[in-house]
Amino acid sequence: MDALLDFLDVVIFAALFLLGFFAGRWNERRHYASIRRREREFAGVLLFSNRFPPHGTGRVATRLVAGSAVISDDYFKNVLAGLYSFFGGRVRSYESLIDRARREAVLRMKAEARKLGAGMIINAKFQTFAIGGRNQNNIKGVEILVYGTALGSAAQA
Amino acid sequence: MLLSNLELVPGRRVLKHLGLVQGSTVRAKHVGKDLFAGLKNIVGGELKAYTELLQESREEATQRMVQQAEAAGANAILNVRYATSSITAGAAEIFAYGTAVVLE
Repeated sequence: MDALLDFLDVVIFAALFLLGFFAGRWNERRHYASIRRREREFAGVLLFSNRFPPHGTGRVATRLVAGSAVISDDYFKNVLAGLYSFFGGRVRSYESLIDRARREAVLRMKAEARKLGAGMIINAKFQTFAIGGRNQNNIKGVEILVYGTALGSAAQA
Repeated sequence: MLLSNLELVPGRRVLKHLGLVQGSTVRAKHVGKDLFAGLKNIVGGELKAYTELLQESREEATQRMVQQAEAAGANAILNVRYATSSITAGAAEIFAYGTAVVLE
């Protein structure tokens, strides 16, 4: 009986591992396709980390805009990250996770700016917040917040 | 109330600095939503409930900061910054701060 229960553990682990691998990859590919599509769509909204508006900017409308996204890892990435943290090196499975969250957050901020009729966002600040962290029993994910000031036209000021 | 994370507003002079204003909120997650997030944690993807939770908290913190600025008689908050920190497992504090000013 004990041996059977042990075996069940292995089966559940294998099932979650495979589910995480396939569903996670599918999710990631779909998300990247959507990100690339919207990045082309919002290419007209310029984004800078400059603290000051460009020279010669007169009196224009300014507004704080922000975007955020919480992206969760999958079972496969989680196990992989565990292995990486043992052997060291680049944790590539998490690099793509944070990349997705960051690009998604930027897109949401750009969408907000476009809705306001702004063509430029300056003084962009990024912030990363790990949900769950090192606690094994918790939901794990990463939140990226980006905010900046949208510069509108002189007519709106 | 004009909010900006710039140190100045293009084309407008700052008449008066009223000092630091701030707002914060501590929010905990909902058990039901967490159950769903647990499933999402296996297959990956966006945790929409968490995105919304943090966004609502940020709006609330901003609102409190704005109230403080209004009480001080400001018409704008410049150099706005946000900070997030986890207090315990399952609760996060969102903090917003900036400088309240009177613009011409």
